[in-house]
Amino acid sequence: MSRSLSLVAYLAVAASVALPLSQAIAEKAAPKATKAVATPTAPPPMPVKLGLGRPALPEEIHAWDTDVRPDGLGLPPGKGTAKEGDALFQERCSTCHGEFGEGVGRYPVLSGGLGTLKADRPDKTIGSYWPDATTVYDYIRRAMPFGNARSLTADEAYALTAYLLNMNDVIKDPDFELNQNTLAKVKMPNAAGFYGDDRDTSEKQFWNKAPCMKDCGPAPKVIGRAIAVDVTPDEKAGPKVD
Amino acid sequence: MSQKPPSDILDRRRFLGAAGLAGAGVLLPLAAKAGEAAKPDPAITEVQDWNRYLGDGVDKKPYGVPSKFEKDVIRRDVSWLTASPESSVNFTPLHAIDGIITPSGVCFERHHGGVAEINPAEHRLMINGLVDTPMVFTMDDIKRMPRVNKVYFLECAANSGMEWRGAQLNGCQFTHGMIHNVMYTGVPLKVLLEQAGLKPNAKWLMLEGADSAGMNRSLPVAKALDDVLIAFAMNGEALRPENGYPLRAVIPGWQGNLWVKWLRRIEAGDQPWQAREETSKYTDLMPDGRARKYTFVMDAKSVITNPSPQAPLKFKGRNVLSGVAWSGRGTVKRVDVTMDGGRNWREARIDGPVLDKSLVRFYVDFDWNGQELMLQSRAIDETGYVQPTKAELRKVRGVNSIYHNNGIQTWLVHPDGVTENVEIA
Repeated sequence: MSRSLSLVAYLAVAASVALPLSQAIAEKAAPKATKAVATPTAPPPMPVKLGLGRPALPEEIHAWDTDVRPDGLGLPPGKGTAKEGDALFQERCSTCHGEFGEGVGRYPVLSGGLGTLKADRPDKTIGSYWPDATTVYDYIRRAMPFGNARSLTADEAYALTAYLLNMNDVIKDPDFELNQNTLAKVKMPNAAGFYGDDRDTSEKQFWNKAPCMKDCGPAPKVIGRAIAVDVTPDEKAGPKVD
Repeated sequence: MSQKPPSDILDRRRFLGAAGLAGAGVLLPLAAKAGEAAKPDPAITEVQDWNRYLGDGVDKKPYGVPSKFEKDVIRRDVSWLTASPESSVNFTPLHAIDGIITPSGVCFERHHGGVAEINPAEHRLMINGLVDTPMVFTMDDIKRMPRVNKVYFLECAANSGMEWRGAQLNGCQFTHGMIHNVMYTGVPLKVLLEQAGLKPNAKWLMLEGADSAGMNRSLPVAKALDDVLIAFAMNGEALRPENGYPLRAVIPGWQGNLWVKWLRRIEAGDQPWQAREETSKYTDLMPDGRARKYTFVMDAKSVITNPSPQAPLKFKGRNVLSGVAWSGRGTVKRVDVTMDGGRNWREARIDGPVLDKSLVRFYVDFDWNGQELMLQSRAIDETGYVQPTKAELRKVRGVNSIYHNNGIQTWLVHPDGVTENVEIA
């Protein structure tokens, strides 16, 4: 408490340089400065329209708004088949992702892994894990190839999406035309594999009014040591954060 | 980098080995050996260079950096974690900083396409979709809007993710360092949205970055209107490039991936987008093969930063145990600390500001007689949520959920002060 009082006194002295004495005294009487630190205040009230910014033009929205939703909203005109995508994939993608999407080194595996989600080491790929085919298109067009994003045409993105869905046996026919109408209708194997955050109910035991403080069970033993792992698991066994 | 442990860890081990060989001298107070006459300390009796010669003038460092003696207080990465350093993560040196504000230069980084270097004069923020008027804002426009200052933690959803299967990385920088806590200056997102006018059926927003990863995430409108900020400054200065310069989203209490950096566009819609970063990534695989999605909130968590593997105990007698705690559900109400692996707990002393969805700093001042310690901390937040053990988390989630590991951390302190990351049962 003495600390906060001395801070108030310091502020009062500092304020007295610029403020009339009466105000400096008022400052001293009401320790506002320290209170502001402890209690964040609500945003200041403000008019709804500030007259800042300008309307976006249709060309500008068209240039940036490339996102695609699972219902197909945002898919551009265009088309492509797995057969067309194959050549493109070998040229633009296989250096990192392998010829069939099997992955090179630590780069992401894009195919395979079906039925491994309950395994000790799940293989989460487009085919085994991703719920929506539209995400493949959105992500390729947004961020791939790594290091040369936004270099693919709408048709090329359809062809590459078709190739990857074909490598994952989601599209069996290499001549099937993926386009604005057909992509959103593609059903992914793991489409039903996700549910909303349920921690409030499934982990409600973690809310505990009186956690144990004294004599809480038997003396513990060490069962694992980071030093034994030596910080360097081999590259396939190591955890991924990509 | 090679497949070897970071060299600083090797160096530290060598140092500790040497300290161990040198015997108990390290652990005894200076000049305390019985029967020996106290020798004068040359640090006092000899005139030091800094006491004799002129130091640098005020024109030497227009933008200052830490003392050269603090050169080890740096971000570190673990090369084997990812395929490329441009889509990767590094770690805040939690063991070497104090208080609650993370210095901007050591705030951990997580990029998906490297650091975008953006000229702020050419940066634009677009708001489109289900709005009355799609809008474009310049940085100048945004800086003319009413602004606020808030301190929040930003924790990567994958923080501690490498520890799900057991103790793996030796140091709180690596096990808990995907976090930072700074003061943001920015405009409430609500204010920006009001300029465009959200339509009544707008339930979700998509935030999108200007970087080569085009990072995009779906955000519920309710959260956007509650406490989300669009920030242009951290710790009093412009955002650092690696933290989103010139503009980023601040989503208090929620997983770091949502805090889109280099923010260039916000689209309003009536349903989520199911972007790559909320389907393939940032979904949490459960033991039954299904996965949780939209696990936004970061639960209550804490870690003892000192002692820890990178900051071993050096002295018997009086010591300071220190650490940080945080919760995405509100303020931290209490932190408990145990020194015997969870059998007995005491309440730690929280010092400094206790703010909503921010780190708090806690201490336990204690005497150490050289016995083995099993140190743990346990955070409790204002909702009554108690930080669980890793075993309790695994019981519900298994070991493959990658994200949201807020389990209690154990440090084993050996009689020579060496401290290591362990799991106990």
